[in-house]
Amino acid sequence: MESETIIEVENLAKRFGTFEAVKDVSFSVNRGDVFGFLGPNGAGKSTTIRCLLSLITPDVGSIKLFGKSFKTDRSAILSNIGSIIEKPDFYKYLSAQKNLEIFARVSGANVSKKEIQEMLEFVGLGDRGKHKLGGFSHGMKQRLGIAQTLLHKPDLIILDEPTTGLDPQGIVEIRNLILRLKNEQNKTILLSSHQLSEIELIANRMVIINQGRSIVEGSVSDLLNTQELLVRIEVDNARAAAELVQKAYPETILKINSDIELELTFVKELVPALARLLISSNMNVHAIEPTRKLEDYFMKIIQA
Amino acid sequence: MLLKNTYNEFIKILAKPRSYLGIGALTLLVGIIIFAMKADGLSIISFVTSSFEQTLTFNGAVLNGNLIAYIILQMLIVHIPLLVALVTGDLISGEAAMGTIRMLATKPISRTNIVLSKFIAGAMYTLFLTLWLGFVALFISRQIFGTGDLIVLNSDGLVILQDADVLWRFGLGFCVAFLSLLTVSTLSIALSAFTENSIGPIVSTMAIIILFTIIGSLDVTVFDNIKPYLFTTHMASWRSFFRDPIPFSSIIQSIVILVVHNIILVAIAVYKFNKKDITS
Repeated sequence: MESETIIEVENLAKRFGTFEAVKDVSFSVNRGDVFGFLGPNGAGKSTTIRCLLSLITPDVGSIKLFGKSFKTDRSAILSNIGSIIEKPDFYKYLSAQKNLEIFARVSGANVSKKEIQEMLEFVGLGDRGKHKLGGFSHGMKQRLGIAQTLLHKPDLIILDEPTTGLDPQGIVEIRNLILRLKNEQNKTILLSSHQLSEIELIANRMVIINQGRSIVEGSVSDLLNTQELLVRIEVDNARAAAELVQKAYPETILKINSDIELELTFVKELVPALARLLISSNMNVHAIEPTRKLEDYFMKIIQA
Repeated sequence: MLLKNTYNEFIKILAKPRSYLGIGALTLLVGIIIFAMKADGLSIISFVTSSFEQTLTFNGAVLNGNLIAYIILQMLIVHIPLLVALVTGDLISGEAAMGTIRMLATKPISRTNIVLSKFIAGAMYTLFLTLWLGFVALFISRQIFGTGDLIVLNSDGLVILQDADVLWRFGLGFCVAFLSLLTVSTLSIALSAFTENSIGPIVSTMAIIILFTIIGSLDVTVFDNIKPYLFTTHMASWRSFFRDPIPFSSIIQSIVILVVHNIILVAIAVYKFNKKDITS
């Protein structure tokens, strides 16, 4: 069965004066997707997302959300979307609870104070409801931002660089929250980021954009599996192992890191054969660790 | 949705410290004027009335609560626009600077309703400020100085209004003063739709008021055609209620011009905010 298309963007373009922020972006997001919207800084991600939320009117192209257009169904569309753009900004002179009450009142749904408290607890701010925002850390504001996106129980959640500026613990917390939204509440999530590693951990589909154009779109695993891996090998004698591998696979790029460690680029399917080769040659293999060369892949895609 | 967001706007205005700045400043200024008049009011009044004493005899308390309230209004009505703009000029641009306008504009409330709710909240704040001025100027002055006939010196000469004939004039005067201040509020909100910092609209509002006031006071023929259409020309129309007879036709003309200003400014703000790309 074909899944329902929640977001459909076609040939989007937006210019600010002489600057073309978005030149030609197209992609689609299906119901239940955690969709990665990937691109380097300045690629046009935030402008595209602002167009998706009707904050900016595109010059060219079409946007359909839930099969509807902003021209005719703005209110119906926005009542089914929760979003954070870049960073969640709140009224600093109001408490977390009051901030959520303000946004709930204009969200198009009747949200009770009890539901607001439950939402604060969901994002781990249950005991901070009465505190003014002035004293909140960036991570706490980000979690409150996610609470704000969920208040009116939207089907689609749009998060623009939600982990920017967070410490490692904050990044993990936000990542886990996003995964809970997908797993427990079955939300459709569009997540923008400039870090492929982050998208790989969370998303099932993605589009990569660069210089205002969408370059590649598809399943995250399919896109990444076609790429070479970076394999780190730990053996007793790295030099001997390197000679052996180079002889068997002459096109492999090798790098000896130390007497016992070497790295090589390798296609995923050949990793078991590589392991067999080393062991059958009486090498003491301590570790074979395949990792994706995400940065290289990303650079290769955006430079293509 | 309009009512819900208007309620939100009230909560925001009530929570902002700057909202109380105007009320505090107004109370302090009225207090200072009342104190000064209590301390030295008689000599000030005798200085003014001395030129009439050859032809007129003044009986009773000339320095009474009605006169003090009138003096306070004359003095403060020039400064209150700043206190109004301080709050209303920040309503849209302050949210743009804070980034919350972005959050608000992604909600299923139309941009027109966002602007209109801010106008309503701004108007209510202006009304409260006017009522507060009325309370502290009139009620407290009458409590401290007592009541009596009001002697007003204006361009027609000396007008003496009986005590029983004063309160309704103050009431109507406050209504027109509110409309004048509402125009300032509307102007600052309209300017607020154009910028993304909160100081700009406040300074611009005051600059426009000063510029228009100067144009209005210049006795230059070239400005004669535009003077009747400047809102600043009509901001002091409340004083006309203290003339005898009251020039109702000129007051109604002022009201019409102020109302038209308000409608045009609201329309400009709604149009601009609807067309605006929110990039903050």
